Amino acid sequence: MSQFQIYGLASVLIFSIGLYGFIVHPHLVRKILAMNIMSSGIFLLLVSAARRDMHAIPDSVPHAMVLTGIVVSVSMTAFALALTRRVVAATGMAALPGMDAPVEAAPIAARNDEHSRDLDRVADPVAVDRDDTHLSV
Amino acid sequence: MWPILLPLIGTILTFLFKRGGATTISLVMVSAITLAVAGLTRQVLQQGEQYYAVGGWEAPLGITLHADGLSVLMLIMTTLVGASTSVYAMGYVFQGPRAGSAVGGYFFWPLWMFLWTALNVIFLSADIFNLYVGLEILSLSAVALVTLEGKPAAIVAGMRYLLASFLGSLAFLLGVALLYTASGTLELNSLGTRMLSNPSSGLALALIMLGLALKTALFPLHFWLPPAHASAAAPVSALLSGLVVKATFYMVLRLWFDVFPAIATPAVAQILGALGAVGILWGSILALRQPQLKLLIAFSTVAQVGYLFLLFPLSNATTEIGMDAWSGGVYFALAHSCAKAAAFMAAGTLVYALGSDRLDALPGTFRRYPLSVVAFTVAGVNLMGLPPSGGFIAKWLLLTSALNSGQWWFALVILAGSLLGAGYVFMVLSRMLLDQPQPIANSEQARPVTLATELSALALAVFVFVLGVTATPLIALLRIGAPF
Repeated sequence: MSQFQIYGLASVLIFSIGLYGFIVHPHLVRKILAMNIMSSGIFLLLVSAARRDMHAIPDSVPHAMVLTGIVVSVSMTAFALALTRRVVAATGMAALPGMDAPVEAAPIAARNDEHSRDLDRVADPVAVDRDDTHLSV
Repeated sequence: MWPILLPLIGTILTFLFKRGGATTISLVMVSAITLAVAGLTRQVLQQGEQYYAVGGWEAPLGITLHADGLSVLMLIMTTLVGASTSVYAMGYVFQGPRAGSAVGGYFFWPLWMFLWTALNVIFLSADIFNLYVGLEILSLSAVALVTLEGKPAAIVAGMRYLLASFLGSLAFLLGVALLYTASGTLELNSLGTRMLSNPSSGLALALIMLGLALKTALFPLHFWLPPAHASAAAPVSALLSGLVVKATFYMVLRLWFDVFPAIATPAVAQILGALGAVGILWGSILALRQPQLKLLIAFSTVAQVGYLFLLFPLSNATTEIGMDAWSGGVYFALAHSCAKAAAFMAAGTLVYALGSDRLDALPGTFRRYPLSVVAFTVAGVNLMGLPPSGGFIAKWLLLTSALNSGQWWFALVILAGSLLGAGYVFMVLSRMLLDQPQPIANSEQARPVTLATELSALALAVFVFVLGVTATPLIALLRIGAPF
């Protein structure tokens, strides 16, 4: 197996791990992390494709694509995290309610706490158990 | 070049001067973009397809812009819907956490100009990675526009929209990476000629189509659309249903005919068509069951997106029939864009005036807001596909190609969809025309509406009829650079 094939398979594997995480975790920060893992998989594929022939000069177009992709991914992540804060402030949950559940405003207590305790917990996804997405007191 | 640069300049200016003069700057920008699009249309009409290498760098390394009949028609559609939505937004009072402070109004202009940039980038790119960048700008600004409304429902719908659309972009990007790995080019035409039938390009086709179907809300990937389109502010709903969905559909169309003809088998086309057909029926039936006006219009968008995807199986025939199906599908996108934007604008005016978007609140509206009700009616005629609207021409072309290519089952679906469409449009109209003011719509509670919102919706709706009359020159324009 050539080096490119190893990297290629690894990148598809990383993408699939990210996709799995995206689907099974309801917590929004976990979903955002999973999407970053998926993009890393794609970037690995592009970077390894740039140097398929070990003796030639690496192709610069995939490098440019990866750089652009990183910029896009950073802005998307920043925006998604900011929106997650708004979701927590609005509903008291760091997960999306079910499709048919009515969306109600969060109890006032949860909103006041937004800047202290709740956001710390949202920002530390590893500490948040999967069932523990309800953050209101 | 200018159709992309102008809205980008508009984004920066309206962001810098968002407290004073954003509306004036936007008006100037809208007129400038209209002139630029008109200039490009003239150029394409006189000289045929246009290519432009950005910064003087040629295709293997640089990014190529490309304008043919299809892109020009999409640009014209964007300009029409965009200009009337801009006028509408000037008279619209944005709601939100700080209602009345017009914060939503301030941020609307830079985000909308940014969205316009993304749309024009997508319609003019001949480079698949540039398409990806356009797609990301499109979703970023579209989601931000949805959350402008600030209500919990809008925030949650925006988040769901963001996740769905991010996932779609990632699938698309992986597909692009696979295509580049296989062929070593990003330019659409050379990608098409170098396409080989192997597992890697098959996977790329599947990923790209899946990602774009998710973003275009093709059944069964439409779950994010109704909440997002229904909970956004009225001008935003108009932009989302009218333009954003069409931009991703345009990408499916462009890639299908320019990049994938070598590996897109009739079976794949049949799958897309079948999903579209189920979407027509499913979206229409759900629209009939909605108690809320904006949700009903949003489900109608799910149904109408289904029609667009009928293009793929129907165009898979002889040149003449294929051209009919192709122009029918594109014309459908054009007519639906104007009609749906007008419907959302008229509905937004009524919802604002009545303070409720329940269908039960509608009786008595015709007497008080006749202009908006007429605008909704005219748009509804197009959704049903009755002559002389643009929707009729489009459905007629699709129907002819379905019968001529022997795929009568799609013809049945088109007719059934029109009947169901008539059902939900009449469901709304019968309530609007009832002259029996309910307690909720009495005159003390009804808020005054501005003439700008009513007239812009009406103007756009009337244009749907103009589309019914001007079909011949527009379809001739569409033939420039057509795949048939």
